[in-house]
Amino acid sequence: MLNIDVIKRGIVIDHIKVGGAMKIYNYLNLEHLDCSVAIIKNARSNKMGRKDIIKIEGMLDEIDLDILGAIDPNITINIIENGEIIEKKNPRLPEYVENILKCKNPRCITSVEHGIPHSFKLTDKKNGIYRCIYCEQAFDGVPSVVSGTVNKL
Amino acid sequence: MKHIISPTDLTLDELDELLRLSEDIYKDPKKYSDACYRKRLATLFYEPSTRTRLSFEAAMLNLGGSVIGFSSADSSSAAKGESIADTIRVVSSYADICAIRHPKEGAPLVASLHSSIPVINAGDGGHNHPTQTFTDLFTIKQLKGRFEGLTVGFCGDLKFGRTVHSLISALSRYSNIRFILISPDELKVPAYIKDEILDANNIPYEEVRSLEKAIPYLDILYMTRVQKERFFNEEDYIRLKDTYILDSNKMALAKEDMLVLHPLPRVNEIAVEVDNDPRAVYFKQAQFGVYLRMALIIMLLRD
Repeated sequence: MLNIDVIKRGIVIDHIKVGGAMKIYNYLNLEHLDCSVAIIKNARSNKMGRKDIIKIEGMLDEIDLDILGAIDPNITINIIENGEIIEKKNPRLPEYVENILKCKNPRCITSVEHGIPHSFKLTDKKNGIYRCIYCEQAFDGVPSVVSGTVNKL
Repeated sequence: MKHIISPTDLTLDELDELLRLSEDIYKDPKKYSDACYRKRLATLFYEPSTRTRLSFEAAMLNLGGSVIGFSSADSSSAAKGESIADTIRVVSSYADICAIRHPKEGAPLVASLHSSIPVINAGDGGHNHPTQTFTDLFTIKQLKGRFEGLTVGFCGDLKFGRTVHSLISALSRYSNIRFILISPDELKVPAYIKDEILDANNIPYEEVRSLEKAIPYLDILYMTRVQKERFFNEEDYIRLKDTYILDSNKMALAKEDMLVLHPLPRVNEIAVEVDNDPRAVYFKQAQFGVYLRMALIIMLLRD
């Protein structure tokens, strides 16, 4: 069993779909933060079979964790203080995200015109389904994060 | 200012108004011969489409307006790499309204976001083709007199056929509609249409493979072409293209007042012998398309 030290204060992002941890790492720009980060890939999970986990130690006030809901609606965010989980929350699903998800439909206009922002709308709250506003294809699979700014409506 | 990107961009009331105006134009086209005098339509066609482009152009000319545009990406500034956003900004200063067809899905929406004139989606890949849907609705309304209570069969390519998806979506707004979806397994209606439109609205439907078995139950038969340009793999296209051919023998099984619609162009999915059957209304449907587009142009320029 792989052991990663318990963090004193920070955040554990749990139940990440396998293969999604590095995308979230990149999206949150964790390499530029002055904090320790542990990425656990392919961990065993009773609920999911396999999952990824990210443990982040330190201040994270500047990170918009809600937006993670668009990347992977099933993740759990555990807030840690003094080595204990003080809050467990599921991310909110934003109504609209821009340049967070990338449309993979080869027939979509965004596949040929690269200046167009990749914009997705939440069309099914219950199942956390986002659709590209241009081609209406549902976002599916491991997040493919586009570099850029985050806009919320 | 309103854009028409998807068939649901019109409310049911607006749609009723559009159909009423189309009918009025159909009954007395001369009354509208100057309705768009000194107005200009730009037709921005990034992929070939004789029928839709000519229908839009005929509509504008019938209204006393004029037309500018291009009919392929090669003859436009897109060949030089100009973005849709830049093209529409420029065209907005040359014309009063524009119709855009593009092989990529969502291109007309991009245009509308940067346009200062009304944009009509004249077909974006396998996605939407609202004026075809409105034409289909107008044809049904004119020839059946109602939408409620109809059993509508869709036959052929129900996977890539945008006209099918749009018409299912549009008809689902009316009560007591029932669908029979006739296709090979490979070309079935996508799951999201079933989940988000049919099941979400509790609309009864059946998926079947046999046209012969389904045809006796239908009030409307909407035939489609298996479109080569929607396939990435030519082998699949060749294997599936001749799955359904409507001929006189199959028509003999249908109700006496069933209507056969087709968005055209037809290749060989409807035998030429069917053309003389009074139930075959696809050429009438193309004629209705001009009146419908006339009505839409008037409505959008008026708003």
